Amino acid sequence: MKSALPVLTVIAAILLIWIVAVVPMNIHLTADQAQRDGLAVTPETPVERQAYSGLGLTFRNPGLIAQTFVQERPRLPSPHQVGAELWKTVVDTRITSKRSLVYHGWVTLSATLLGFAIGTGLGILLAVGIVYNRAMDMSVMPWAIASQTIPILALAPMIIVMLGAIGIQGLFPKAIISAYLSFFPVVVGMVKGLRSPDMMQLDLLRTYYASPSQGFWKLRLPASVPYLFASLKIGISASLVGAIVAELPTGARAGFGARMLVGDQYGQPLVTWAALFAAAITAAALVGFFGLVERLTLRRMGMQTA
Amino acid sequence: MTGVAIISAMAVWGAGWFVNVRLSKTVAADTRLVRFLVPIIFGLTILIIWELLVRLLGISAVILPPPTVIAERFASEGPRLWADFEQTVIKGAMTGYICGGLAAFAVALLADRSPFLTRGILPVGGFMAALPIVGTAPIFVKWLGSDWQSKAAVVGVMVFFPILVNTVAGLRDTTSMQRDLMRTYGAGYWSTLFKLRLPAAMPFIFNGLKIATTLALIGAIVAEFFGSPTVGMGFRISTSVGQLALDMVWAEIVVAAIAGSAFYGLIAWIEGRMTFWHPSQRK
Repeated sequence: MKSALPVLTVIAAILLIWIVAVVPMNIHLTADQAQRDGLAVTPETPVERQAYSGLGLTFRNPGLIAQTFVQERPRLPSPHQVGAELWKTVVDTRITSKRSLVYHGWVTLSATLLGFAIGTGLGILLAVGIVYNRAMDMSVMPWAIASQTIPILALAPMIIVMLGAIGIQGLFPKAIISAYLSFFPVVVGMVKGLRSPDMMQLDLLRTYYASPSQGFWKLRLPASVPYLFASLKIGISASLVGAIVAELPTGARAGFGARMLVGDQYGQPLVTWAALFAAAITAAALVGFFGLVERLTLRRMGMQTA
Repeated sequence: MTGVAIISAMAVWGAGWFVNVRLSKTVAADTRLVRFLVPIIFGLTILIIWELLVRLLGISAVILPPPTVIAERFASEGPRLWADFEQTVIKGAMTGYICGGLAAFAVALLADRSPFLTRGILPVGGFMAALPIVGTAPIFVKWLGSDWQSKAAVVGVMVFFPILVNTVAGLRDTTSMQRDLMRTYGAGYWSTLFKLRLPAAMPFIFNGLKIATTLALIGAIVAEFFGSPTVGMGFRISTSVGQLALDMVWAEIVVAAIAGSAFYGLIAWIEGRMTFWHPSQRK
């Protein structure tokens, strides 16, 4: 808890920068609006105002500052507008409604979780194979590492179209992309973890006359748990990004990605911003959840939390 | 026909796997040549099976084009692919990467002067690095137009936090013994920074830079899905998917893979030259 105050300070600083930035970002819009409402604005025509920067226009019209925070379609919404939109779409809307962010969140989250489960499961299996089979290690591992340097997300639209062409639609294509993104961090982390017992420990088990399967269940697997959790935390946020991006190029109707796209196309910045923050909160909650499980598990196992 | 396809694919798989198993069990398994050869054989096996299955099963090119068609497209579309590469990687990703990296570095140096700020920035930055920042792409495209500037901005924000967190963590990575030694030498803040703390932080900084290479390409490509001029890798991927020209999409993915690996390789090479003293670089 020692870092609570510094963290709050940094967050406050970020919020302050945001609030200050709202004024020059929205001032042109506000000035145009104010003129239509019959207020006096100091360069009088929009064309003249374009010549001024956001800051310059603000200094010439200090009276408009308050209004920059309450624009209906701001370039940069203020924090309270985003908060209000989030509250409206999360709490005040029935979750069955198409406008509820909980509904959209569940669409994205279900794909994320399904993909994450598939990706993690396959990743652990492959890691076990790599650790126990030298040929597999030498052939697959370089590709697994190289594939981390490739922008895999670029594959997303194609996978969706490919699967769509053979009649698979909806949840599953998104889950595949999520699985793909969480797969490699888990493989790399688990291989490291399963190899983490040192020679002494392996020799000790040999002196106990332990079978290879006992060696796996009693030494290698427990030793890999901290590495597994580190990979899971990377994997789950990658999965969520994958599910969101998978919704973008196909014009999905539901999900965080779809909300961002709708807000973008129909000129409703608040919708985009609310979806963005909801996605961020979801990611934070997922990572936090795995962090909690990690701490509890490691404590039960008598290991130190990293 | 299906039977022939499956049997021949399995035969190729068996042959490739057999060679690799034999190679990995030889005495020479630890030589560089074999370490290089085994993954190549594995990759080739996959490519041949892919080609065989697509040709023999008559899978439509709309679903999965065979590797030879992709290679042909790659060779024949050279200029167009180069233009896309220039737009997305050089203008979008590289500019954003450099700006974001420099900004993160500057903020890290500033924050480093106050232990209070450092304690706040580490958790907040680590948290921000896990967020789906790609989602800011539509916002930046709206603000900065659809040309490369908006892509560079998305990339800049995406790479900012990993580099920031790693630099801040790296700058803290000196022992009090080392700092005391510098003090007994009469070294001030700047000479301690340049002679002790920055060199000690290098492995961390490069770790952040390497993580950021992949993020930079992802950001630049995904941001183009939200609007771009009629050139760029993300633009080409999304329009080619629309035209069902999947061989073109795969050709772009080959470009992305080469660019991603080369970018990562470049940073790793620089790291090797600059942190040759670090235990992780010992051969």
